[in-house]
Amino acid sequence: MPKIKHPARSPHIDMTPMVDLFSLLLTFFMLTTSFRPQEAAPIETPSSVSEKQAPDNDIMTVYLSKDGKVFFNIDNGKDTSTHFRSKLVQKMGEQYKITFTPQELDKFGKLSSFGMPIKDLKAWIRAADPKDRDKLQTGIPTDSTDNQFAWWIRMARLTNLQAEVAIKGDAETDYTVVKKIMDLLQDNKVNKFNLVTNLQKEDIGLKDVPK
Amino acid sequence: MGEIIVEEKGKKGGKRQAKKHSTRIDMTPMVDLMCLLITFFMLTTAFSKPKVMVITMPEKSDNPDEKRPEIPKNRTLNIILTGDHKVFYYIGIADPKKPAEMPLLVKSDFSKDGIRKALLVRNKDLFTKIAELRDKRLTGKIVMADTTAENEVKRLKKEDKKGPIVLIKADEKAKYSDIVNIIDEMAICNIASYAVVDVSPVEIDMVKNAPK
Repeated sequence: MPKIKHPARSPHIDMTPMVDLFSLLLTFFMLTTSFRPQEAAPIETPSSVSEKQAPDNDIMTVYLSKDGKVFFNIDNGKDTSTHFRSKLVQKMGEQYKITFTPQELDKFGKLSSFGMPIKDLKAWIRAADPKDRDKLQTGIPTDSTDNQFAWWIRMARLTNLQAEVAIKGDAETDYTVVKKIMDLLQDNKVNKFNLVTNLQKEDIGLKDVPK
Repeated sequence: MGEIIVEEKGKKGGKRQAKKHSTRIDMTPMVDLMCLLITFFMLTTAFSKPKVMVITMPEKSDNPDEKRPEIPKNRTLNIILTGDHKVFYYIGIADPKKPAEMPLLVKSDFSKDGIRKALLVRNKDLFTKIAELRDKRLTGKIVMADTTAENEVKRLKKEDKKGPIVLIKADEKAKYSDIVNIIDEMAICNIASYAVVDVSPVEIDMVKNAPK
């Protein structure tokens, strides 16, 4: 019996729908993306059941790394004309007798979290290579003899009074470090803290009530 | 497939045929590129905004003579956090002047039958009320807006007169995750009143002498 001949098929696949889909996805991602801000140190936050979202604007964040280093970040405010970051660093410059050029102030406004003794701040702003910049991130001094962190907080409070305070600490950070930071913040009349956590749901209800 | 065959009559008499060109464009490189871009955007996108847990600390007072609010002794539950994610708790007040009346320190942990059970036993009334409210809303027995329900829970917490007043204390060996976990337990168990306070030397001694 003669075999049925299959018609020769073209090995080409029509990729047009695939391209369509990809274009759509790509456009979506490009438009919705907001880049993850660069952080000074890797921080693994503890988890909680809280579902409250962190505010987008008017927030200052204190980062506490595993080894107890302290980093700080403040946003520029909702209004693009407020330039809180530049104002803050100018105030800090006045405090520590360091003058920043308008270019430096402007560049600082575009950067994100930082943590170094104030004398290294100029070098950090000027650094062209992100790697050099990371090397300067040694943490803000918090010891009582030279408490630069307290000044950062005070100046930040003076710059943007509405700003809420968030603490983003690593799960393994010592409580003493957290306590010290909270004490310093309370000295500056901050009594409400937003502790940044991962969401981890707990299912608990009437059945769990002990008899 | 669309093919255009151009026939041309050459002057020299011979027939010349133009090269066959396919109108199909090879899209593989384009797809490759798009895949790459999509992957890039997907990885760099911060989709979920971080969640926060709000904690309000008691205001620091400059006046040391200021009277602290009196807390009923039998309602006070002290939780002491220490190294290795261990939890200790005791009821009442540890007064160094009255060594005979020292409260008993109980060892616990962050497991389900640990500190959570201890909290739930003492906060049974309030927890049941709030859980019932939630169940009723979930099953549709009562219809209530989120904000109304929140206010209702707030009211229930305020009215509660039986539940424990939890004092959270952490010594220098405790980690940040411990304090977050315990505040989280407060939220899970619907504890009406709790505060994070400093640990006293007596309590440090109590933890030191606690049975291993």
